[in-house]
Amino acid sequence: MPNARYEVSLVKCDLCDAEATVHETQIVNGQVRVRRLCERHAAELGLTGVGSEPVSGAGSTVVLSMNKPGTTLRCGSCGLSYAAFRQNGLLGCSNCYEVFEDKLTPLIERAHQGGTHHIGKTPVRMLAAAQGGDVQAVERVLGSARERAERIALLRKQLEDALANEQYERAATLRDELRRSEAEEAGPEGEPA
Amino acid sequence: MNTGGLGPSGGGNAPGDVRNGGVDPDSGRASDVVVSSRVRLARNLAGFRFPNRAPASERTAVVVKLKPIVLGARLSAQTEWVDLTSTTPMHRMSLVEERLISRHHAMGKAGEPMHGRAVAIGLPDRRLSIMINEEDHLRLQAIRPGFDLSGVVEEIEHADDAIEQKADYAFSPRFGYLSACPTNVGTGVRLSVMLHLPALKITRELEKVKRAADDLGLTVRGSYGEGTEATGDFYQISNQTTIGKSEAVLLREMESEIIPSVIAYERTARERLIKGGRRGMEDQAWRAVGLLLHARLLSTEEATKMLSRIRLGIALGLIPGLRLPLIQQLLIASQPAHIQMAIGQELTQEQRREARAALLRSKLGEAFATKRPPSRLIRPGSAEAKPEPPVGPSNRPVKRPPEPGQPGPGNGDNR
Ligand SMILES: [Zn+2]
Ligand SMILES: [Zn+2]
Repeated sequence: MPNARYEVSLVKCDLCDAEATVHETQIVNGQVRVRRLCERHAAELGLTGVGSEPVSGAGSTVVLSMNKPGTTLRCGSCGLSYAAFRQNGLLGCSNCYEVFEDKLTPLIERAHQGGTHHIGKTPVRMLAAAQGGDVQAVERVLGSARERAERIALLRKQLEDALANEQYERAATLRDELRRSEAEEAGPEGEPA
Repeated sequence: MNTGGLGPSGGGNAPGDVRNGGVDPDSGRASDVVVSSRVRLARNLAGFRFPNRAPASERTAVVVKLKPIVLGARLSAQTEWVDLTSTTPMHRMSLVEERLISRHHAMGKAGEPMHGRAVAIGLPDRRLSIMINEEDHLRLQAIRPGFDLSGVVEEIEHADDAIEQKADYAFSPRFGYLSACPTNVGTGVRLSVMLHLPALKITRELEKVKRAADDLGLTVRGSYGEGTEATGDFYQISNQTTIGKSEAVLLREMESEIIPSVIAYERTARERLIKGGRRGMEDQAWRAVGLLLHARLLSTEEATKMLSRIRLGIALGLIPGLRLPLIQQLLIASQPAHIQMAIGQELTQEQRREARAALLRSKLGEAFATKRPPSRLIRPGSAEAKPEPPVGPSNRPVKRPPEPGQPGPGNGDNR
């Protein structure tokens, strides 16, 4: 057996501040290289979904060891484990939403009639400040260009449904909402479409 | 002559008409069915752990940060700040009974510290309240009598924006306003309407309303009483969905689509009941008046049930001389902590029942004594057209033989 080991202490991800839940040990020509990654970054690098099975690659042996999913997945900021969240139903901090995002999504979807993405108010001062700033500032408040486009597409869909069901007042509300989203997009000086 | 009509003479409520003033101008719109409208926003500060995960020092830091912001926002003519850690359980429970704070905020769940819990209350009307360190750092709430969701939403939006001018909220583009419980994430908005639905209960149509509400992502819960038991047929309908629909859409669904149809449904059921037996309805309402005017011991449950019957009687125009705001006031005043606060000390359950009966006798008696023109006070022959209450409460009791098993005079009185 390769020395796959489970680490449960709080170790930070090599790429961000979240807790590392995936520990990858690579043995290349007898040299041991260890990478510690959070769930998100491990997924981004295509390392998860492999379990803790050793994977053989050409010229190298990769050993992945993961904290047991669902039991020791932990928020790096507040230390809350996913298991503890499932027990009392409360998250510990804002960062929990990022760390547990994939697991929370289906729960949120079930609890909110399929809703998974926020539509509606944005903190007023936060938005005003972002619109005066750079692209990153805007993205922190309104999301990436793709997310923004998705939100507008979702609103258009809701509007079409309302019109199809002859819910005209609801449609009017959605049309206002759509205009507001498009105006946010354009910034305070921008003209709504 | 107002016979069989709904609402006050000359101004009956069409089943679906919510613009109608209801039966009492001081009780808000559609007050024959709607008791009150409420909105609550869940908000958290960026950079602090949620209250359930924060140690005492961090909870305190949140209070220290928020207190000047909330008080400085000048959201009401005056704001009362209550540090819940230094109040008595009785005081906290009285705030729960006023619906200014949650039971959870007053008592905490088992083993949870009270540390850093506070509430800001808007004065003089006590319609705006801001809980600090409840399940979330901030729970903003506005409540008004009658059907006025737009009004409370406007008020709470203003409060939210004022606080956000000085505080960084925990917000993500994807999940919106981040809350400790994912059931509140997104807009963080919970709209609730308290409805009085005695007719739908009697006609056994309430189950249909519950099922319809369920399909629309709403919950229906009893407002008084424990668990599923809705003492006095007061129900709270609230949205469950908070993410994926904007505040405006959530408001529209409740205000223009769902609640008006429940109001219309209840009014239609009342109309049917009245047509099926006006005398019986009248009898029920006046018996409740009689009971409260003479009882010497009353549990909260019985008081709530009787006040509910009287409320229905007033809404149907069967009890001239009493007004809805008084009934709302008495529903709160007869709750356990309010009874004790009024007396100024802790009471045993038995003492509370006695004090409650005395309170209701005197308040209802006063209302009849002051609201009725003297010439109409006693007209024994006119019961057919206008049933009259007996004179006054217990202080000047109507002559009647002492009833066996009842406490003697003076025993139950709290003069
Ligand atoms: Zn990472
Ligand atoms: Zn966390």
